[in-house]
Amino acid sequence: MYVYDEHDRQMAAERVAQFRDQTERALAGELAEDEFLPLRLQNGLYVQRLAPMLRICVPYGMMRSDQLRRLARITRDYDKGYAHFTTRQNVQLNWPALEDVPDILAELAEVEMHANQTSGNCIRNTTTDQFSGVQSDEIADPRPYCEIIRQWSTFHPEFAFLPRKFKVAVNASEQTDRVAIQVHDIGLQMVRNEAGDLGFRVHVGGGLGRTPMVGPVIRDFLPELDLLTYLEAVLRVYNRYGRRDNKFKARIKILVKALTPEGFAEKVEAEWQHIKESPTRLTPEAIQRIQAYFTEPDYAAIDNATDLLASQRFENRGFDQWLTHNVDTHKKAGYAIVSLTMKKTGTPPGDVSDKQLEQIADLADEFSFGEIRVTHQQNVVLADVRQDRLFELWQAITPMGFGTANLNTLTDVICCPGGDYCALANAKSIPVAEAIQRQFDDLDYLYDLGNIDLNISGCMNACGHHHVGNIGVLGVDKKGQEFYQISLGGSSHHDASIGKILGPSFARDEMPKVISKIIDVYVDKRTEEETFLDTYRRVGIDPFKERVYA
Amino acid sequence: MPNVISPDGSIRQDNWVVVPRPAEGESLDIPADQPALIPADLWLAGYEHFTGRQEIGVWFDSHDEPEILDGRVNELPVIAVNFPKFSDGRGYSIGRLLRERFGYKNELRAIGDVLLDQLQFMKRCGFDAYVLRADKDINKAARCLNFFSQGYQAATDTEIPLFRRRAS
Repeated sequence: MYVYDEHDRQMAAERVAQFRDQTERALAGELAEDEFLPLRLQNGLYVQRLAPMLRICVPYGMMRSDQLRRLARITRDYDKGYAHFTTRQNVQLNWPALEDVPDILAELAEVEMHANQTSGNCIRNTTTDQFSGVQSDEIADPRPYCEIIRQWSTFHPEFAFLPRKFKVAVNASEQTDRVAIQVHDIGLQMVRNEAGDLGFRVHVGGGLGRTPMVGPVIRDFLPELDLLTYLEAVLRVYNRYGRRDNKFKARIKILVKALTPEGFAEKVEAEWQHIKESPTRLTPEAIQRIQAYFTEPDYAAIDNATDLLASQRFENRGFDQWLTHNVDTHKKAGYAIVSLTMKKTGTPPGDVSDKQLEQIADLADEFSFGEIRVTHQQNVVLADVRQDRLFELWQAITPMGFGTANLNTLTDVICCPGGDYCALANAKSIPVAEAIQRQFDDLDYLYDLGNIDLNISGCMNACGHHHVGNIGVLGVDKKGQEFYQISLGGSSHHDASIGKILGPSFARDEMPKVISKIIDVYVDKRTEEETFLDTYRRVGIDPFKERVYA
Repeated sequence: MPNVISPDGSIRQDNWVVVPRPAEGESLDIPADQPALIPADLWLAGYEHFTGRQEIGVWFDSHDEPEILDGRVNELPVIAVNFPKFSDGRGYSIGRLLRERFGYKNELRAIGDVLLDQLQFMKRCGFDAYVLRADKDINKAARCLNFFSQGYQAATDTEIPLFRRRAS
């Protein structure tokens, strides 16, 4: 994992001092509210329905155990003892006091953390696959490139006041996209060209929100050394020509659409020609230097524990289910990737208490070289667990509430904080997630249904990624009443698509029944091998409509 | 007379006047006894008349294209860029293009909604004169210009990005 050097430490400290100064001027009335707004947003601080909300950056989802313990302490000392994992691999506090935020940032800086650019119209945290570096089918480890992008985008003087927020995601797996690159402002897919050189396929202009779009490819192959100059060209074109007259038309996707992807790509190429050979061009040494932080941990030379696991599975059905659903194949013999699910029914998806943060830290130290990854599905991954210790780990996490064996099933819901916390929300989202989890409490039935992405957002800002859920739920406000609109057929993976709206919306108490009817249609219509999405794509939306609105 | 801040935070006064774009059918109202900044496209339109004059500079608005002055920038003693609203970040790109692409060497002045917390970004993007909005405390400019002792990226002020400096 990346470790700060004296430059990073110095800039982190200067940032804290700067925000302290800004907060003092704001409290003294020297900064008007609208002047302070982008400054606090770029330090992660929102003013929310009930209290300020602080979004802390977890660069590409990676955290060490000492950082988790510090987060736990901060939630106790400055908040109500819990935190929330977001859909962009970050962490949110829901109740900090404005005047405490500089102190919180100082405490974070001590453990190489920050809240830089987690909000505001700037380049946000770069996200990537939670299985980076431990899966066998990746082109290369994407994390060094994410760190290179993090450094380039941090306090970038030209791009601090973009037309709108800007999100970059990097994916390196050939088979799977766990990071939803095609619905990001820039999605980078790592590829090798025919000569075997490493580079990126560049998607620009994907996004959710009011105008969901799958990002078109604007460059098939960008050599790795050209990464930053090309990003700079894309951002410069966006900064200069993106719309600023209408907040709802200000994302880069609108510009790409207006110019057409070809027209946009031409503009970027023209800009890029000027800066391609500038000192911002990466060097092999610079990449190697960052890669050296992401070397393999000290793995033991061991074999797969196939027999042991088989007998443990045989003796314990719960372990068997968990192993099947929450544990993934590791590139290294004798190791496994474990997903801790933060989706226990009755707990808001992604929420963790201070105690649980410390428990996760202990688990990381005990089982996974002291590191964890936060996923965009709001779960936590222990990436390097010995197979012969999986049973022990499973026994440890079950009472903690992290062992619910529902990863990727219908009840592994992606859900924003919604109207319970968020000032933007039109409707609550957490109670909907809970009601659906209660309706589908039979694990065997869930397994039979297979992988289904159920994504819930409390408003069209789409923090819960409802557009790309196989089943998407969007909270809407109808004359002061909370209603929920359903869309079907979305996907955030390599076959990315935007869901189609089913029809008129429903009251909250109708939702579990409506979801059941949708599932019933799938069960009736599916062939043996089909996932929910396959069936939907084959039969279309009509059979679902007929059943739900019958 | 505007107070003008320099990159080191020192303050001086000068008497450059920003001449607004005239309404349709009207002509430029250039003061007789003061140096004046006029809209860049109008300077170009009256090139024969204006070029080489040390008391005439130009200003760009945030949606203007600095490309129109490519090859002629150093004929101007002062170029100003207007930030109509501090949250409009287009002026940063204009600054870098003028300096880094078109090789502009003379004074680059930030005007308009220029606040304290944006000064260091402006400095990094090539601005070397800042006319702070009148209600802001000019004595805090020096501190705000220097919150950070360095940056990660190359920009106008630092040709070599940190990743190259680290390597050496």
